[in-house]
Amino acid sequence: MPTATDTRVEPLLASWRAAQRRDLATHLAHHGPLSLGDPTWLTRMTKAVDEAGLTGRGGAGFPSAVKHRAARGAAVAPVVVVNAMEGEPASQKDAVLLTCVPHLVLDGAQVAAALVGASAIVACVAADQDVLADALAGAVAERAGTGWSPVPVQLARPPGRYVAGEESALVDWLELGRGAPRFRPDKAVPLRIGRQPAMVHNAETLAHLALIARRGPGAFRGAGTEHAPGTTLVTISGGVEHPGVYEVSAGTPLQEIIALARPGITPAAVLVGGYGGTWIAARHLDVPFAAGPLRALGAGPGAGVLVVLPAGACGLADTARIASYMAGQSAGQCGPCVFGLPAIASDLAALADGRADMALPERLRRRLGLVAGRGACRHPDGVARMVASALEVFADDVALHLAGRTCPGRAHPSVVLW
Amino acid sequence: MSRLRLVVDPVACEAYGYCTELLPELIGVDEWGYPIVSGDPLPEHLVALAREAARQCPRRALALRPTP
Repeated sequence: MPTATDTRVEPLLASWRAAQRRDLATHLAHHGPLSLGDPTWLTRMTKAVDEAGLTGRGGAGFPSAVKHRAARGAAVAPVVVVNAMEGEPASQKDAVLLTCVPHLVLDGAQVAAALVGASAIVACVAADQDVLADALAGAVAERAGTGWSPVPVQLARPPGRYVAGEESALVDWLELGRGAPRFRPDKAVPLRIGRQPAMVHNAETLAHLALIARRGPGAFRGAGTEHAPGTTLVTISGGVEHPGVYEVSAGTPLQEIIALARPGITPAAVLVGGYGGTWIAARHLDVPFAAGPLRALGAGPGAGVLVVLPAGACGLADTARIASYMAGQSAGQCGPCVFGLPAIASDLAALADGRADMALPERLRRRLGLVAGRGACRHPDGVARMVASALEVFADDVALHLAGRTCPGRAHPSVVLW
Repeated sequence: MSRLRLVVDPVACEAYGYCTELLPELIGVDEWGYPIVSGDPLPEHLVALAREAARQCPRRALALRPTP
């Protein structure tokens, strides 16, 4: 955790750092009031979100201003859906936001609702996360009758499965109680709950929105880079002494971010973005943590997940564990995902165990090509990307494993969390 | 080229395989029996056949949609 000499800018977590309290009074004392009522507000705020360049922090990185514009024109009042599902086992940022600054998330939801003329806010916390749901429910209750909840907030508890937080799966849960991703051939067609358009925002995105509403786009842009403005929350786990959630300036080199969590041993590689993310080799850790520079390495910030593989561990073994977990997290709807992910996971397990036949690498690569882009959601694409990056980054290990050598890294503790 | 492409609804598809039988020129099949389509514009001379393949799908999982 940051020390007194820490000079990082932490607008999201500052109130918690200062007071270690999450109640409404502490929140308002730190951030000041939020004005939504004044007649010029809508125009000013719309412009502010545009100028801030805020992008979604849930993984897709979609520009928030564009999302708001699409929802605003609707004939029926939209619903704002707060996505605090955090299906990524290696992500803890939503947990930190709900535990430490739930009022910032609720402020952001009110700002989003005011921007698009929404009639309701539904905040989604996974069914197996009672502590987080209690923290949020407590904050919602504190606001009752205070005027800080102009648009009513409901709490929903969708199942805590990996894909349940995918936005169409969330809407599917809210509308039909199923929680399965929907096939959307045209992504421009808005998701709906009944007749109401659903605007889904990640909890962190809303927290940023709450600060932009108070401090303006300039303050938001005070951190980050021109193309990746603002701060961002990252969850660092694996081979580090201080795993946890850190608020960093977007575009900070990956190695500087990881240094905050004190990697005990030199990292061999880092899994960036999540379990459906991309392994990045140690020699590339000077890459700025932002969409553009990461894209050049086939990666993206995702939900800010960083899993550090320490030198000496076997990247293939952990990749096999993650692939197996992800295969089990399929919603079970689409054939290529239902059959492809277990096949890929089993190839990887064979490779990691040193019992691969010579036909395996070609078969595995073919299978990776067969699952990407063929599901209703991007779950299979993520697995294919993660495994493909492992084969590249751990190419030397692949050769050793294929040769049937004993891998000393197999005895190393796994960096995988669940 | 037409301005249409083939789209498979992966949730609806249950790998009956009719489409692959009817239109092998455009629809491949993976090792689990599910159809593979490219998303490229359909050649004009195959549009009628593609419509027929879509009509024959017992799951209504195959559709012709405008190219983006």
